[in-house]
Amino acid sequence: MQTPSPNPAAPTAAAPGGSARPAFTVKDFVIKFGLLIILAVMVIVFWRLEPAFANARNLFSILQAVSVTALLALGVTVTLAIAGFDLSIGSTAAMSLMASSYVMVILNQGTLLAVLVCLALGAFIGFLNGVLIVKGRIPDLLATLGMMFLLLGLQLIPTGGRSIAKGMTLSDGSAATGSFTDAFLALGRYRLFDLIPLPVIIMLVAAVILWVFMERSRHGRVLYAIGGNEKATRLAGAPVERYKIAAYMISGLFASVGGILLAARVGRGDVTSGSSLLLDSVAAALIGYAVLGAKKPNVFGTAVGALFVGTLLNGLTMLNAPYYAQDFVKGLVLVFALLFTFGFASSQRR
Amino acid sequence: MTEPGRGVIRIRGLNKRFGSTHAVIDVDLDIRRGEVLALMGANGAGKSTLIKILCGVHPADSGTVEIDGAAVDFRSPLEACAAGIHTVHQIINDGVVQQLTVAENLALDEICRPDGPLLLSRAAITARARDIQAILGLDLPLGKAMSELGQAERQLVAIARALSHDPKVLILDEPTSSLSEAEAARLFALIEDLRARGVAIVYISHRMSDIRRLADRAVVMRDGRTRAEFVRPLDFDGIVHAMVGHRVGEGGRERGTAGGRTVVEIRDFALTPTSAPFDLDLREGEVVVLTGLIGAGRTEFADCLFGTAAPHAGTVTIDGKPFRAASPREAIAEGVFMAHEDRGNSSLVAEFSVLHNMTLPFLRHFSRLSLVSPDDERRAAGGQVADLAIKCPSVDVPIGSLSGGNQQKVVLGRWLIRPCRLLILDEPFQGVDIGARQDIGRRLRDTAAGRATLVICADLEEATEIADRILVMRDFSVVGGHSIDGLSLDALVAEISGAGTHATFA
Repeated sequence: MQTPSPNPAAPTAAAPGGSARPAFTVKDFVIKFGLLIILAVMVIVFWRLEPAFANARNLFSILQAVSVTALLALGVTVTLAIAGFDLSIGSTAAMSLMASSYVMVILNQGTLLAVLVCLALGAFIGFLNGVLIVKGRIPDLLATLGMMFLLLGLQLIPTGGRSIAKGMTLSDGSAATGSFTDAFLALGRYRLFDLIPLPVIIMLVAAVILWVFMERSRHGRVLYAIGGNEKATRLAGAPVERYKIAAYMISGLFASVGGILLAARVGRGDVTSGSSLLLDSVAAALIGYAVLGAKKPNVFGTAVGALFVGTLLNGLTMLNAPYYAQDFVKGLVLVFALLFTFGFASSQRR
Repeated sequence: MTEPGRGVIRIRGLNKRFGSTHAVIDVDLDIRRGEVLALMGANGAGKSTLIKILCGVHPADSGTVEIDGAAVDFRSPLEACAAGIHTVHQIINDGVVQQLTVAENLALDEICRPDGPLLLSRAAITARARDIQAILGLDLPLGKAMSELGQAERQLVAIARALSHDPKVLILDEPTSSLSEAEAARLFALIEDLRARGVAIVYISHRMSDIRRLADRAVVMRDGRTRAEFVRPLDFDGIVHAMVGHRVGEGGRERGTAGGRTVVEIRDFALTPTSAPFDLDLREGEVVVLTGLIGAGRTEFADCLFGTAAPHAGTVTIDGKPFRAASPREAIAEGVFMAHEDRGNSSLVAEFSVLHNMTLPFLRHFSRLSLVSPDDERRAAGGQVADLAIKCPSVDVPIGSLSGGNQQKVVLGRWLIRPCRLLILDEPFQGVDIGARQDIGRRLRDTAAGRATLVICADLEEATEIADRILVMRDFSVVGGHSIDGLSLDALVAEISGAGTHATFA
């Protein structure tokens, strides 16, 4: 909704008459570009320390690793935009992973049905979240927290808590006859020109579509308006309840796409995959607040935030940093990003 | 009462700049014991900045402030409080803690004292709260959460808390803006009592009736300077002139448009099961003001027309067709637009720019396949900015950077973007300076052809400025209507207050 030109803090170049206003200060610059600069510096440092970091294949594998997190983060961005929150995205993705496995391996069905079942489930979970929040009047955090636990348990019920793999023994003693189709696995593993992973392309396309939707469409504008002042938006004639339910459906849908890509990469219905998805995606969306000084949930920022986290983790892994260092650094980055967004930025308001 | 007491605060040569804005220029001011000083001025005149310097929010750039002869230089609001200067700010919710009870709010300073006891007993808090409300002779529901109280009660809590410190100087910023007549009367009585006890009171208000009732002395600020000082008997025309400079007097208009075709027909309309049913016609080209005391049902009536409430009984037709809206969305689709009271909470999205705030209800008209066309949107908003003389550097600045009057113009501009059949404005002049008020009134009248216009407005001075016809609401029913031509204020006032109880409306 906010066009990039007029930052309230920074006078636009096209205002020669406003010479009395303070100039574009170092602080403004840091608030606006700080995170992007740190990202660039980070890439250069990793590259100097470990030249293999910067080869095209590694860079694309960073993007591939990021794509699932990014999809979930994009979804949660929409719920953040309406001043809500969706804690169930991680388990929605896991649910989608298990459901696709179940459809193909145990029910012996094809790719298309598996994908459709996942998307439908994702949208339905989002719809339930939305209805619980809008009609049931449960606070968003609590409703989606409840949904998170519900899904974590639900996805394990059909298989009795076991992972789904080709030829697994079913509860009646027979072996599963189905398997992951090649077409489905290609969703997670195919590389265009033998270089660009398909999940990256899917994620980028989804990001661009969502960016246009949030920044350029009237629906996106209304979603942000609801986040800013729900009452005023309702009195301006918007069907606020429908918009809110739709926001959670978008979130659920994006999470289920993330789950499909994860399933296609892993190639089995692993009960433990996706456990860290929630926190990583939320971190990406929150880091996104600081990108270009947006100070609000925004699609471009979320994509950059996901890239930021992914680059950091990949680089640290290449440098053989222990796994616990990664969480530590992630936390550090998040705290600094939030400081950029809220601390520095708000102190200049008078 | 007119006898000036000993000076408590002596301000000399005070200056304050914010960047290029010289907000307070060479201000000299004396605030005296046992006197109500009305500080007046249009929005942006420098009143707020002056007050913020006095209560320690901003440091002054130059100049001196003396209290009882000793120079002071407050670096925080706490220091000002310690020196006996207490302020009740206009935005009440900044001054109270919503989650705590009334008792806890009243005793908040006690609770927050760094040297206070580690554990607080509920009994001690309640006892302290009782003492504090006894100062005011209040009877507040001490056990209730603050968030359950109405605006007026919150205001009283904030004032009671300030008074519990036995202030030398009490600064009240627009204290009556959300009070009903009865509550305001109680506040006035209290202020008079404080004055008698020797407290110096600085009273900021746009409401002339408050000033008339209370002020011993009035100082008018304009463009950062103190322009004029008035003592009793106050010259109100002089005050208005000093506030708005040359602009007053332009407000004169041709009287009474009769109105054209009937747009809205309201029949046998009963708001509640017990209220008297009434009929009402609203005509094209006519500006109708609905007045009455707070609690008379004016807003409830508007809510029924805008789809946020349902009447008990009755029918509404617009252009002869039955009208019934179950939501604002349906009302807007049927051509009924409404700008609500309390623009900050009900109309504006704080994070949005002027442009995005203005076009919010009509995005559909500026978009194709859901994509908003920035050019169309800008053209529409730009037109309103020009027509309403909205002062803003561009339509892309955040709405919060505009003054209250200009924000209100944005709210009106929003609903003038598209044509409608009925435009309802609920208290459009709240917290708006006289200049902006005249701009808004003029624009409202200029655009009135082709629609019916209903303005809810308690202030009769404001009402007579814009109305062709004034309706009076009492006890949830429209009890009378008067053309502006040959209007008898006495009859109007009698009707508003109900026969025999004229005294409440002076």
